[in-house]
Amino acid sequence: MTELELREGWIEPELAEEFPELSITSAALEVRPRRSPEPVRAQLRALADRYTGAKVVHMRQDPVPWAYRVFSRQVGIDPDTDRTPVEAIALERLRQGGLRSENIVDDALTLAIAETGVPVIALDADRLDGELGLRLAREGERMGGLRPLSARQIVVADAVKPVAVVLRDMSEEAGVTPRTERTVLCALGVKGVPRISVEEALWLAAETLYTDRRA
Amino acid sequence: MPDVLLDRPILPLVQPDERAARRTLREQVARLEQEQAQLLCSAWPRKCPRESAGGVGSALGGPRLLSLAELEELRDELAARVADARRALSDRTWVEEQNRRLIEEMMLDPASHKWRLVTSEDIGEPGCRNWHVRPRLGPLGMLMGWWRVVISSGCPLAA
Repeated sequence: MTELELREGWIEPELAEEFPELSITSAALEVRPRRSPEPVRAQLRALADRYTGAKVVHMRQDPVPWAYRVFSRQVGIDPDTDRTPVEAIALERLRQGGLRSENIVDDALTLAIAETGVPVIALDADRLDGELGLRLAREGERMGGLRPLSARQIVVADAVKPVAVVLRDMSEEAGVTPRTERTVLCALGVKGVPRISVEEALWLAAETLYTDRRA
Repeated sequence: MPDVLLDRPILPLVQPDERAARRTLREQVARLEQEQAQLLCSAWPRKCPRESAGGVGSALGGPRLLSLAELEELRDELAARVADARRALSDRTWVEEQNRRLIEEMMLDPASHKWRLVTSEDIGEPGCRNWHVRPRLGPLGMLMGWWRVVISSGCPLAA
């Protein structure tokens, strides 16, 4: 795989003052969603086999998942009801007895999040305007033109519009669709998460997305 | 007298900076979260009380930049929850200790604990093992007072 170009996103000053170690890192890839090849599905199966009930319970004491739990609490999300992405994957594995393959993009995100604990999202690069960053939602702002955002909600945004709510859902206007030609991977960094974990999450996702090309 | 009365409230010249207070509260929330995680992990494999549908912070409509008052409310709720969990775990471990003692007494004097049953869950351990005081040779053992502790061999095999 060629060198991945990682871009550091902007952070609104007010948000940076409150959370000095908050970061958003992105990488653009020439990848379109498709069915996952067999090696990726095998990776998912192998990952699912590594999960046990005890491991999932003790996960919240591991430094990276714990850091995201703390951040969730600090921004008003209860991680015991609205799970962090890595805990949501672990819980899904326990409920379903395995990790179901969806498509190459979703599978790449699942593998990256489960291996590193860092939340990663994928966006359609051609539907973004400008650099990505983190900011507070404005009064009366809507995501995707429809969904109202509450004031001061923390959102991932491009230069024009909010494209995702942090640790929550994404805008339909910016998400990856079957017509997507270029994908942008975005990883959120918070206090207590080493920079290398964030980069590793993006590398892992990119490697999975490029599985066929490597072959 | 009317000369000293003001027609507008006195406001401080400089608005108090709440950032430091918010930072402190966030650190307290982080510590409480760690404590809660430790309690949950040390409680494993015991069954934990079900988390309530409206948990700590669920009413805050996050992810948002919380105000000082919201952070205080969050910290207090989390502290109360951690205290409850610690109390519940402490009560539970006391009961388990009593059950461990009961097993020892059953082993030493089975006849004084006829038909008593203690499961591995009662002593906070995983699995399906149990200690059951039963008579040797069925009804004959009951009549003769031949009591013994039968330790089950574990979970039944999957069908």
